[in-house]
Amino acid sequence: MSGTYLGMPAFPVAAKEAVGNETLRGNLRHATHTIRDKRAKAVAELDDWALLREAGKRIKDHTLRHLDRYLVRLEESVTAAGGVVHWAADADEANRIVAELVKATGETEVVKVKSMATQEIGLNEALEAEGISAYETDLAELIVQLGDDRPSHILVPAIHRNRGEIRDIFRDRMGAWGRPAPDGLSDTPGELAEAARLHLREKFLRAKVGISGANFMVAETGTLVVFESEGNGRMCLTLPETLISVVGIEKVVPSWRDLEVFLQTLPRSSTAERMNPYTSMWTGTHDADGPSTFHLVLLDNGRTNTLADEVGRQALRCIRCSACLNVCPVYERAGGHAYGSVYPGPIGAILSPQLRGIQSEIDASLPYASSLCGACYDVCPVAIDIPEVLVHLRERVADQGGKGHRLEKAAMKAAGWVFDHPRVMAAGERAASKTRRLHPSKLPGAGAWTDSRDLPELPPESFRDWWKKHHNDRKDTGT
Amino acid sequence: MSTGAGAASGTGTGRGGGTGTGTSGGSRERILARIRAAVADAPDAPEAARDYLETHTPDERVIDLLAENLADYRALVHRTDSEGLPTLIARLLAERGARTVLVPPLLPAFWLSALSSVGTDLIRVEDDPTATARELDVVDSVITGCALAIAETGTLVLDAAPDQGRRRITLVPDHHICVVRTADQVVGSVPQAMPLLDPTRPLTWISGPSATSDIELDRVEGVHGPRTLEVILLTE
Ligand code: SF4
Repeated sequence: MSGTYLGMPAFPVAAKEAVGNETLRGNLRHATHTIRDKRAKAVAELDDWALLREAGKRIKDHTLRHLDRYLVRLEESVTAAGGVVHWAADADEANRIVAELVKATGETEVVKVKSMATQEIGLNEALEAEGISAYETDLAELIVQLGDDRPSHILVPAIHRNRGEIRDIFRDRMGAWGRPAPDGLSDTPGELAEAARLHLREKFLRAKVGISGANFMVAETGTLVVFESEGNGRMCLTLPETLISVVGIEKVVPSWRDLEVFLQTLPRSSTAERMNPYTSMWTGTHDADGPSTFHLVLLDNGRTNTLADEVGRQALRCIRCSACLNVCPVYERAGGHAYGSVYPGPIGAILSPQLRGIQSEIDASLPYASSLCGACYDVCPVAIDIPEVLVHLRERVADQGGKGHRLEKAAMKAAGWVFDHPRVMAAGERAASKTRRLHPSKLPGAGAWTDSRDLPELPPESFRDWWKKHHNDRKDTGT
Repeated sequence: MSTGAGAASGTGTGRGGGTGTGTSGGSRERILARIRAAVADAPDAPEAARDYLETHTPDERVIDLLAENLADYRALVHRTDSEGLPTLIARLLAERGARTVLVPPLLPAFWLSALSSVGTDLIRVEDDPTATARELDVVDSVITGCALAIAETGTLVLDAAPDQGRRRITLVPDHHICVVRTADQVVGSVPQAMPLLDPTRPLTWISGPSATSDIELDRVEGVHGPRTLEVILLTE
């Protein structure tokens, strides 16, 4: 499938490079620590957080269990509200559908609001090959696109760039894409945001086609929901004549009321705000208000494979808040690029190998890119037991490779990378010992969907034992 | 454009379906069949219990909390009664230096009844469905009502009713004044808001002015939406 960064080295090699880059490490550390403290405060304001988390988990589990039924219902609702629904089995098919829809409008430019799904399928590149320019309009995505770079964080894709670097990118590259940066641009965030406003406004005002993803789709009503901060989403969703939304099939929820849970948990987990500045909800097309044509492309691309794995399917609960990235000691040091996927951090380590399979070195090594400290599970607003899935995927990797197998070597190296960086382990151990008592061996009240299984043992002991056992008979692994 | 990323996609090897008619029949059936096979042996997963709180806020705190949370996310909050409303609106527009103000189709007439008192050159621009985005872009301010406001999150919800207008009029101008009737438009929490909202209407939830945290996670007000949001809490 596409979305794999071709030629991407396995996790340990890429991680080692990142750790050697001091600017990158400083940027990441500053950013992740800032947001993790803010998140804790935002969550503490709601004394029913644990119940909201459990409700979010159950809504998602229930939907996944009956996903066929809810997708058909969604299709009916969206169609009844004036939208057109398409189904795409894989990235190629989704890209082809979108490219044909854009061509049918006669346009050669589209404006895009940040969407993980369209990054996953490599839509921009596919459109470019068809002579269509796709302009990213999220500030961070703009920084990434102008800088000829890759995103490194789900929420803040340019988290690896500091303000000075961003100023340089704007100064040097904006002119080639449209309105150039103002003369004498400084590196204050306010001025940088103003430069982006001016540069992109031109594009919004003339755009005829918008492309988005969605955070949620409501089966009962046919409503799509996009959470955002800057207003670029509202621009893309309301000014163009044609709107095309590409959305993973797991984003559906059954009822309108289900949104009340995620409207409370997503912003607090994500930007650590009580609410993000703008949330847009639309249902098909609306008379004389916004796009007159709306297409919804439902994307599988490995999701049904993931759904078939009884342990791994919980990864489909993910609402892409990125809280797990911000608390992860491995992510903090390795950075997002090391994960070789649009989905970095702990969620990437369990999602990418499931969506793409574990045939490549990078995907086989991802389940080992963790100290299993459990901090990701603690903050996850839909209670995905990431350590449990990691351990399960490690078993799958081990089963697939024989002794000395290429993939197993890649995996050993990833484990070695974590183990050989004492500070990563130390951070993991601290977090684990702090939260250990919060980890029962079975999830409380988790219901039949998960409670047949014990949680994996936590480090440090089990991980070290595991490492020793494997490391001793393999002198060439580790770094 | 990012070179290494996903370069392999784009020119698929035609497998039929999905050609803009919404009839990608083959994939639809295939995906649904794959889902059914994937969950065939999965344990039951009952619907979620809704045992979380309906609200975190006692009724008597709701209005003050709304004001606090709006201000916390840098909205400018004003309070007045019906009598004071026209002059407050006129004053805010004058202070802003607005020369043009967008109005939705059905704003209560008295809201704008004092505009002449602050100068006669303020031009009213009606929300015209045929107006282009470019034409909206030169308007200075917009004034609307709302569907409701949520105290706990400091949120205004707009539903494109006649006193609010189409979604774009509160997006393109740089200055938005929104009037909230405290008597009947404020709820405490998100769960209290949901049953009052109509999902068949386009909804825009606004919590403070446009902002970004994309540069070193510093919140900066104002990227693409209105950079100044003024909220008037209207008592009787
Ligand atoms: S796995 Fe959980 S914490 Fe991580 S991004 Fe997804 S929902 Fe958020």
